[in-house]
Amino acid sequence: MEQKVFTVIQNIKIAKDVYKMELSGDASGVSRPGQFVNIRLDSLFLRRPISICDYSRNSLTLIYKKVGAGTEIMSKLGVGQKLDLLIPLGNGYSTEKSGETPLLIGGGVGVPPLYGLCKKLLAESKRPTVVLGFGSKDEVFYEEEFRALGVPLFVTTVDGTFGQKGFVTDAMAGLAYSYFYTCGPMPMFRAIESIAKTGGQYSFEERMGCGFGACMGCSCKTLTGNKRICKEGPVLEREEILWEK
Amino acid sequence: MGKMSIDLCGIELENPVIPASGTFGYGYEFAELYDINILGSFSFKGTTLAPRFGNPPPRIADCTAGLINAVGLQNPGVDKVISEELPKLSRFFSKKVIANVSGFSAEEYAETCQKLNPCDQIGWFEVNVSCPNVHGGGMSFGTDPKAAAEVTRAVKKVTTKPVIMKLSPNVTDIVSIAKACEDAGADGISLINTLLGMRIDLKTKRPVIANTMGGFSGPAIFPVALRMVYQVAGAVSIPVVGMGGVCSAEDVIEMMLAGAAAVEVGAANLVDPFICQKIIEELPAVMDKYKINSLKEIIGGAH
Repeated sequence: MEQKVFTVIQNIKIAKDVYKMELSGDASGVSRPGQFVNIRLDSLFLRRPISICDYSRNSLTLIYKKVGAGTEIMSKLGVGQKLDLLIPLGNGYSTEKSGETPLLIGGGVGVPPLYGLCKKLLAESKRPTVVLGFGSKDEVFYEEEFRALGVPLFVTTVDGTFGQKGFVTDAMAGLAYSYFYTCGPMPMFRAIESIAKTGGQYSFEERMGCGFGACMGCSCKTLTGNKRICKEGPVLEREEILWEK
Repeated sequence: MGKMSIDLCGIELENPVIPASGTFGYGYEFAELYDINILGSFSFKGTTLAPRFGNPPPRIADCTAGLINAVGLQNPGVDKVISEELPKLSRFFSKKVIANVSGFSAEEYAETCQKLNPCDQIGWFEVNVSCPNVHGGGMSFGTDPKAAAEVTRAVKKVTTKPVIMKLSPNVTDIVSIAKACEDAGADGISLINTLLGMRIDLKTKRPVIANTMGGFSGPAIFPVALRMVYQVAGAVSIPVVGMGGVCSAEDVIEMMLAGAAAVEVGAANLVDPFICQKIIEELPAVMDKYKINSLKEIIGGAH
C-alpha cells in the first residue's frame, strides 16, 4: 500500500446515480483486479473505499454509486481536482483457478471490478462469459464496454426494461462454466450460492475504518478463521465463506 | 539524550509519540509503510485471556471530525500474542512495546498480565479498564473507583513492569478514579479512551452500529481529552499518558503542557497511516517555533 496523489481527468454520470471517474497518477502498485482504493475527501474524517474498475500503470477508472455523503462529494469533483488515495488495498481476484471458461456475475454497482477482471482473463487467453444484472434500464451501465471486449454477454433487469427480464441467476441457469467470479448485493450472492455448480470467488463489502488492516473494523468470520474484508478480502473463496442467516 | 526524549515510568523514550491501542494492530501493517523504530513506543491491540471475534458488523461509523467504533476487542488471545504476534513484531521493532490488556474480571486481567510479564519486548502494561464496547467488563471497571483499584492491585501483584491504568472519560469524576488507581499502586495513568456515542442511519432509521453504541474518537474529542488530562495530571503524582484526538505536533505539545509525560495518537493513524512519522519529523521545528528546548521541561507547564 502507498499513499499517492491522483488527478481527476473525467467524472461523468453514466447511469442513474452512477458515476465514472478517471484518474491519472501512479497506479503501478495495483496487482490484481478487485483491489480497491481508499479516498480522502474534504470535510469527511474517514476515507471512502471504492473498487477499481480498470487500471494501467498511470491511470485508474473508478465507478461509484451516489449513496451517501462521500459519494455525493465525489460526484461533484471537477476535472483537475487532486485526490489523496491509499492504493492498492485488498487481495483482489485470483485468476489461477479460473479454468478456461469462467463466468463473471455482476449485480448493480458490483459490476465495476469485473471489468478489470474480464480484461485480465482475456489477456490470459481464457474465454470468460459475463452476466450483468440491474434493477431497471436507467441503471444499466458498461454494457457496451463489456460488449467491446468481445465476450458472450447477458444483461438482466428485474423489471424487464432492458435485456432479459429477471435476475442474474435466471441467465446463469443455462450456462456452462469452469469457475465463477461475482460482486454485488448479498441477496444476489445467496441466490448464486444456491445454484452455482463450481468453485468461485465473491467480493464483499463492509463499513471500514482504515481500509488497510489496522482497526479490525470490517472483520468477518469464515470457515478458515477471522478475516478482515479490507486486508484478507474483499475477495473470499466460495469454500471458506460462512453464510450466516 | 535528545531534546524530544522523555521518561515514562523509569524507561527512557526517544520521543513522546506512541500509536494508541486498537489503531496500530500488532505493528506490522505499519512496519510495511515506515520504520516503526522511530516511534517512542506503541501500544499493541487490546489483548484478552481468550481469543475474541468482537461485535457483529457494522462496527464503524463516520462522524464529523472523528469516528465511532464498536470493534469489541477482537484479538487472538494472549497465548497467540506471545507465541505468534510478539515474535513477528521482534523482526520490525527493537524498542519496548506497551502491552494493552483487557478483561472481564480482576482475576482475568491479572492472569493475562502474568502471562505477558516475562516477555522482554514488553516495557509497560496499559490496563484498559475503559473499553465501551464489551458487556460485563471493560468500562465497568473504569467507572467505579473501587473496581478500578481492585484491578490495579490484582495486576500489580503478578507483574514486575510499570502498570499504566487506561481510564474511561464516560464518568462524572475521572480524578477520583485516577487517584484510586494511584493509591492502589498504579505506576501511571493513561487517558482518555473513547467517548460513548452513536449514529442513526436516516434511510433505515436504525442505529448505524450493530451494537447500537460505540466509542467516539478523533480530533473532535481533543478538547475534552485535554481537559481531563489537565485535571488528572494536577491531582496525581504518577506519570500521565495523554490521548484523545491528537493529530499534529502542536497537539502533542498541548497535551504535554496539560500534564502528559507521553502522548498517544489513535484515530489519526486510520486516515493517515504516516501521521506518527510526520508528527515526529515535525516536532523539532514546532518546538523551535514555540521556543521549547526540551519536551521534558514542558510537562504540566500550563498548570
